[in-house]
Amino acid sequence: MPYKIVASQCTGCSACEPECPNKAISEKDGIFLIDPKKCTECIGFFDEPQCVAVCPVDHTCIVDKSLPRYQR
Amino acid sequence: MEALKEPGQGISARFSNLKGLTIPVAPHKGCGSSGGSGKSSCGSSAGSGDLPSEIWEKVKNHPCYSEEAHHHYARMHVAVAPACNIQCNYCNRKYDCANESRPGVVSERLTPEQAAKKVLAVASEIPQMTVLGIAGPGDPLANPDKTFQTFDLVFKAAPDIKLCLSTNGLALPDHVERIKDFKVDHVTITINMIDPEVGARIYPWVFFRHKRYTGKDAAKLLSERQLQGLEMLTQAGILCKVNSVMIPGINDDHLVEVNKAVKSRGAFLHNIMPLISAPEHGTVFGLSGQRGPSAQELKALQDKCEGEMNMMRHCRQCRADAVGLLGEDRGAEFTTERIESMEVEYDAAKRRAYRDSVEIEREARKAARERELLTLAGENSGRKILVAVATKGGGKVNEHFGHAKEFQIYELSVAGSKFVGHRRVDLYCQGGYGEEDALAGVIRAINDCVAVFVAKIGGCPKEELRKAGIEPVDQYAYGYIETATISYFRSYLQRLKNGELVDVERGDAMIRQGAFIELGEPAGQAA
Ligand code: SF4
Ligand code: SF4
Ligand code: SF4
Repeated sequence: MPYKIVASQCTGCSACEPECPNKAISEKDGIFLIDPKKCTECIGFFDEPQCVAVCPVDHTCIVDKSLPRYQR
Repeated sequence: MEALKEPGQGISARFSNLKGLTIPVAPHKGCGSSGGSGKSSCGSSAGSGDLPSEIWEKVKNHPCYSEEAHHHYARMHVAVAPACNIQCNYCNRKYDCANESRPGVVSERLTPEQAAKKVLAVASEIPQMTVLGIAGPGDPLANPDKTFQTFDLVFKAAPDIKLCLSTNGLALPDHVERIKDFKVDHVTITINMIDPEVGARIYPWVFFRHKRYTGKDAAKLLSERQLQGLEMLTQAGILCKVNSVMIPGINDDHLVEVNKAVKSRGAFLHNIMPLISAPEHGTVFGLSGQRGPSAQELKALQDKCEGEMNMMRHCRQCRADAVGLLGEDRGAEFTTERIESMEVEYDAAKRRAYRDSVEIEREARKAARERELLTLAGENSGRKILVAVATKGGGKVNEHFGHAKEFQIYELSVAGSKFVGHRRVDLYCQGGYGEEDALAGVIRAINDCVAVFVAKIGGCPKEELRKAGIEPVDQYAYGYIETATISYFRSYLQRLKNGELVDVERGDAMIRQGAFIELGEPAGQAA
């Protein structure tokens, strides 16, 4: 399940962007986004999802359950 | 962990083998040009004579390192590095990095190109500008590309500007080579503990090599990397200052150990800063009611750590995008918009001419101080008093009481006049607040002082100050601070002898907490 960034919590610090092994994170007008097609939850790269581990605000990088393919 | 608690041993032994390879880091005589204690740390000395000349050359025009220089030279910070790799309980990342900044004021984040242009624009308009610092918000070494790219652009366009950076130290050992390559003059490392038990109460986590560490593991890792980075830098001949945030009940006593540990690893200056924490800042400490130290607690700790090492006492914990002389912020004049539209012409000759004139002025100040000091020869009294001075720079008593945004505090004794700190206050003669409250705030801030030196003062505040036992002194208007204070001290001793004065112990004073404390509120932090 890919991660997403809760935009209202994000401080725009940019710490997550360079940590993502899949370059899934990008910035648009100061807001950071995760491309769900690229996010692999860091599986195969690291033990912890890097965006979660580096983000200074808890519960800002969270698993995205809203995508249709995860709703059943 | 045990090794960490024993700061001396292994490392200092290793360190001593490196003598000759390293620059001799001040075989301290307890005083030096650098640091807040600066030349005034032992009153009588001029500064330049007390430091190895290589170090003096490096710090003499650096306002953040040399207490004397900060009267004459300006620095600027640019905020290019928003990401951070650790979390501190005194920081709320929605705002600035609390380790160098006034919390609650958001700095404008710049790209390296914007930042470099801003530096050149400021340097052209403010010839006093000698130093560019990158200090956050965030950790400059958690953003190494942005940081070093900014340094590179500035170094190519204006090689006379000194570069410095402040870091939490976690990534430091990985970047020592680049710091050398980019000719960074000074590095400041914020070290609040060497004991992971203490550290666990300050740092909830660190992010290192793709993993988040918490608790004591995090603190131990951070501490090891900080001390290792410090050693590597001093071995490479780069000046290192250590900042520590004093957090009463958590690391206040422990900072004496930290002081020893960093001294033995070659730090040339230790800056102990008061914790700034108010609930409005939204930091963990702000919300948990962790208080900051009072003026007396801070000074007592700084005094305890002095002795063999310079203590810095003039740090104003400036904002990450501060511009100008310390205590003055001209950042608002240099907005990104304005800079973007500017044609910047960098005039190195004009800047050099300004610096030459400053050197002449500094020599005059030094000579005047030495002459004045002679008049104390023969006095012998163990008496020490504090006085406050309203100044806008140049080492002179040149600020109107009502315009002072801060007071500089000097300790007077037969050894001379020693700078020991500054106190920020709210403008007394500013409309809106009600003058009574503002005046009460000023009195609270300098309550430990016997006198306040001003260029000018009105009749009403004069009366109130007298009632509070603080003597308003305006006869030295526009004179040199040291000359004025020494002369005052001489007459103070005289009046004591004549019985015109009774000597009373002064109380404690309050350190103003950031921008949010309401005036007229009782000093909650000092509880
Ligand atoms: S979980 Fe890993 S792959 Fe997914 S966005 Fe975060 S850092 Fe990138
Ligand atoms: S690390 Fe967190 S706060 Fe910083 S940009 Fe990424 S999501 Fe936003
Ligand atoms: S190092 Fe600076 S930016 Fe990072 S958490 Fe600490 S105070 Fe904040």
